[in-house]
Amino acid sequence: MTYVGNKADLRVVGTRPIRPDGVDKVTGRATFGADMVMPGMIWGKVKRSPHAHARIVSIDTSKASKLPGVKAVITAEDFPNIASEEAFVGEGPMNFRDLSRNCMARGKALYEGHAVAAVAATTESICDAALELIEVTYEVLPFVIDVEDAMKPDAPLLHDDMYTQGVQPKPSNPSNVAKRVHFGLGDIEAGFRDAEVVVEGRYTTQPVHQAYIEPHATVVSYGADQQCLVWSSSQGQFMVRSYCAKLLGIELSNIRVMVAEIGGGFGGKTLVYLEPLALALSKKAGRPVKMMMTREEVFRATGPTSGGTVEVKIGARKDGTITAAQATLKYQAGAFAGSPVQPGCMTAFAVYDIKNVSVTGYDVVSNRPKVAAYRAPGAPISCFGVESAMDDLARKLGMDPVELRLKNAAKDGTKAAYGPTFKDIGFVETLEEAKKHPHYSIPLGPNQGRGVASGFWFNIGGESSGAVHIAEDGTAVVMSGNPDIGGSRAGMAMMAAEVLGIPVEKCRPIVADTASIGFTHLTGGSRVTFATGMAVTQAAEKVVEILKQRAALIWDIPVEAVEWKDGAAYPAGANAGGFDPLTLPEIAMKAGRTGGPIGAEQGVNAQGAGPGFGTHICDVEVDPETGKVTVLRYTAIQDVGRAIHPSYVEGQIQGGAVQGIGWALNEEYIYDKNGKMDNAGFLDYRVPVASDLPMIDTVMVEVPNPRHPFGAKGVGEVPIVPPMAAVANAIRGAIGIRMEHLPMSPPKVRAPLDARK
Amino acid sequence: MSKIHVTTTINGEPAEFLCEPHQTLLDVLRNELNLTGSKEGCASGDCGACSVIVDGRLMCSCLMLAVESTGHEVTTIEGVAKGDELHPVQRQFLQHAALQCGFCTPGLIVAAKALLDRNTNPTETEARYWLAGNLCRCTGYDKVIRAVLDAAAEMRGETVA
Ligand code: FES
Ligand code: FES
Repeated sequence: MTYVGNKADLRVVGTRPIRPDGVDKVTGRATFGADMVMPGMIWGKVKRSPHAHARIVSIDTSKASKLPGVKAVITAEDFPNIASEEAFVGEGPMNFRDLSRNCMARGKALYEGHAVAAVAATTESICDAALELIEVTYEVLPFVIDVEDAMKPDAPLLHDDMYTQGVQPKPSNPSNVAKRVHFGLGDIEAGFRDAEVVVEGRYTTQPVHQAYIEPHATVVSYGADQQCLVWSSSQGQFMVRSYCAKLLGIELSNIRVMVAEIGGGFGGKTLVYLEPLALALSKKAGRPVKMMMTREEVFRATGPTSGGTVEVKIGARKDGTITAAQATLKYQAGAFAGSPVQPGCMTAFAVYDIKNVSVTGYDVVSNRPKVAAYRAPGAPISCFGVESAMDDLARKLGMDPVELRLKNAAKDGTKAAYGPTFKDIGFVETLEEAKKHPHYSIPLGPNQGRGVASGFWFNIGGESSGAVHIAEDGTAVVMSGNPDIGGSRAGMAMMAAEVLGIPVEKCRPIVADTASIGFTHLTGGSRVTFATGMAVTQAAEKVVEILKQRAALIWDIPVEAVEWKDGAAYPAGANAGGFDPLTLPEIAMKAGRTGGPIGAEQGVNAQGAGPGFGTHICDVEVDPETGKVTVLRYTAIQDVGRAIHPSYVEGQIQGGAVQGIGWALNEEYIYDKNGKMDNAGFLDYRVPVASDLPMIDTVMVEVPNPRHPFGAKGVGEVPIVPPMAAVANAIRGAIGIRMEHLPMSPPKVRAPLDARK
Repeated sequence: MSKIHVTTTINGEPAEFLCEPHQTLLDVLRNELNLTGSKEGCASGDCGACSVIVDGRLMCSCLMLAVESTGHEVTTIEGVAKGDELHPVQRQFLQHAALQCGFCTPGLIVAAKALLDRNTNPTETEARYWLAGNLCRCTGYDKVIRAVLDAAAEMRGETVA
């Protein structure tokens, strides 16, 4: 099997070709979720709860159904009432009962914006009118928004059958705490006894939305023969297929999911919202149905990530050696269990080699939209706390923050508190790069500060399929099962081209639908280049084997006597015979006479995704009058294993860092006193814009991952982990004040400045 | 409600359509004229994904009624390239990998073209402020800004790496 450890041996991997889907995307030709139409199509819209928490007493759809143009009205009654069943999908567990009830409320509406009914009609305006005619009688219930309020014994209960898991003995009363997780290493008490210096802090973060610019959209058709066609923009066509099948009780092979271009996801499109509703509407109406969310619906009804509180205590010797580290994390899950508190706990101290660690986490439901994955789910929240405390520790010890991190850095052979022993990791390298980067020594002016923070993400592998088919002219079609969110088609074509020995332009990458390629786990977990890249590489290797066989047949020599290089078959050595090389097009042309079409598909369950580490340096200036924080310089350093297409790796790092800057400085869900979101639009939920930012410098450290054919590690998630702490530490440097609560927006920064005056 | 007959010019071609008085230009472009290159990210003028140029002015097509286009010249992303020949902004976006998902890209390219139509020598800061109405959640804008500045250089006739 291919493994190219030496960069000099690579021809295509590591170069920067124009992405194969690029022209479509700069000319407006690319077809995203909402761009599709189907013949006979009608429109669907959702009726949503205006209350944060309410019992649904009754829903009267009779008036809406009678409105001319209305073709179908649905409520929870139109879906099977499925039992609690957990499956491991994406980056965490998914309970299908919860997913079903999140798509359509059953019995209770659990947050403002929760779907309670849906209509399909011939025009969008008729849909709107019909939604008005649906009469829902609610019994409004007390609600709870904040995580610590939700944990109180007298808090309003969202689910009266929820008993905290992970505590002994099993609690006798239900609560909003879905789960307690705990793990540790060594002896935490002894570790703190050993410490000469201790730092402590309590930090809070707010829920932030993935804020992909493309709202959710789908077009579906439910045939009279129960064959379903789904066109949707998601992070996984197979995910959409299995969730729709589950929620509607349809056999998997009766659903074909076509892959729209996806306008961003960042984890937020790893579950379904509209597709099951559209299918139920289409079934009832007998017509294809198109549904699109408004931006407001995206904010109110789709997953942000958790907000949470993080309590951290770290003890160290005077030389900087950390002797003990402890954290307690409380994460909001939204209306259903399933916050990323577990990965939050696991990643909290993962960048350090610490002998005594204790981490406890709580997964807490409240009357907010169900959280969805967001880039390194859970890790940025715990990292904000831990890396802020590390900065305080460096100050207390009078140590350079990079030196402190180097002193304690995880290395090959370090046993992480969450279990594994690290291998082939490049964390120390990121710190060394930080130290010598010119950014780290630029002098700072008044009201300016510099912050450093490091972050970790596991990265995953898992099941993927890839296929390579050689066309009659010797060009290759490269198929895989992952939606391309950030340039993965380019990566797939490049890896196939590397193995086949042909120019990347001769490889046409295709994202295949669920009926055209084998199962592939969704685009997430920074897994595509690693796992799907492995599948594509192996499929290309199989094709090379076939090509060699065909050459052997043509030359009438044993296949062992044929070698493949630079896109052609050569006799292997003088004994094999004196044949002129056969190029790929020459073999392809003769395929009909040598055994038929040439192609191969390969399924893998990829293991050994190398974990990712990053270190960020941020300079800010704080306006003492207004509290406004301006990011002056930003450098993100990351071990990427090996960059397949360096420009898109840089892009992942820059994009992730900027999302983190938004999380640090501006973004938050604001609730009014009735438990309704107050800022459900881009005007008031402020994501970073071009004028907020400097250039984002990136440094790619390459410590190859030997479990990938070209050494790749996942890169997409690590970059969102360090920024909040990097910014907070820079603000601490600028004004001498430790900001413990996100976002560090002007009023929040100005308050302690004013108090000091 | 009876529909209104609108005559306008889109991407240099005469165009006619019927629309309801409340329909936005974005809605008509996408749903009546099948010009789906302009995107809806917010429908409230906050994301710029729907950017078009009307008589030389950059507009959010989601904030303009379709009837208001009567007698005006509208340029959408579909009209930025001249046949097979990409506009320098489009070319530089590809060179710089200034797109990831590509959803914001049509709007950003239209907005950048509108900038370079009036100023082929913008500073980085000018480019950043001009494009501040175009949200991109994927790229962090770094490569976008570089692409726009290089497109400007290309339009000034300078050689760009
Ligand atoms: S859709 Fe027009 S500005 Fe967002
Ligand atoms: S490239 Fe995805 S929003 Fe800009």
